[in-house]
Amino acid sequence: MKLRTTVVGLAAGLLFGAGLALSGMTNPAKVMNFLDVTRWDPSLALVMAAAIPVSALAFRFAARRERPLFGAAFSLPEKTRLDASLLIGSALFGLGWGLGGYCPGPAVASLSDANAPLLGFLAAMTVGMLLAGLIGRRRALQGDQGRPKIRR
Amino acid sequence: MRTSFTPAAAAAGGLFIGASVWVLFVGIGRIPGISGIVRGLLRRGEGAGDRAWRGAFLVGLILGPVLASAAAGRPLIRPDPASTPVLAAAGLLVGVGTGLANGCTSGHGVCGVSRLSPRSLAATALFMACGFLTASVLRRLL
Repeated sequence: MKLRTTVVGLAAGLLFGAGLALSGMTNPAKVMNFLDVTRWDPSLALVMAAAIPVSALAFRFAARRERPLFGAAFSLPEKTRLDASLLIGSALFGLGWGLGGYCPGPAVASLSDANAPLLGFLAAMTVGMLLAGLIGRRRALQGDQGRPKIRR
Repeated sequence: MRTSFTPAAAAAGGLFIGASVWVLFVGIGRIPGISGIVRGLLRRGEGAGDRAWRGAFLVGLILGPVLASAAAGRPLIRPDPASTPVLAAAGLLVGVGTGLANGCTSGHGVCGVSRLSPRSLAATALFMACGFLTASVLRRLL
């Protein structure tokens, strides 16, 4: 079972990485020109426009099955609430994306041709993720609402 | 630096990404959210089976562009013109942000939006808006 899930993971990663490269997402200048409306190159909108309907079909197909081909169950995020973490986190992510032109996928996918700026980005991203994990754990300890308990 | 409008290549790449969602979700019931896959590897106590597919996915993610470049006959990975300090700051924001939001362009933007998840729709609207605002306006004020 473990061998099969590993092979599926590898195949999915290859498709994803090839897709990012073919689409132009591993060219940060193109990403910046997509996000910068003053010299707009709208190409990359087509990446999502093509990926989303194909993915929607995958989820609809899967909904009719009891379990994945090689696994016990389908795993999807369970949270439904629009909480502060989601909104603050997404805003910070957008800020970082618009600053450098890298989101996590293309940054990792560019590792075969890495240079110092890319490695700096990836190291800082890893630190940021560990930091977010610590913040999340602290909030979890402070209760479900994530509010600090104030004693008067 | 100007870049030319390449809708066919962008859409073709998007189809590959959609195919990746098919393989991973129908195959093993997981979604290809890159920040989530990386964070899973950073967590301690993750099951060995989970580490294996996550690690294999990242190996594929790195090799995919190598194969695509060979097929295209030109290098598809281009360097970022931004400086190392700017990219380090950007990386920190991307890491903290995707960690707090539980997803990035792939997990929320592609997978979540295609399931019409309210959290992902809100996250995607927000990070797109902030991305456009930063690239178009804010970074010029630095």
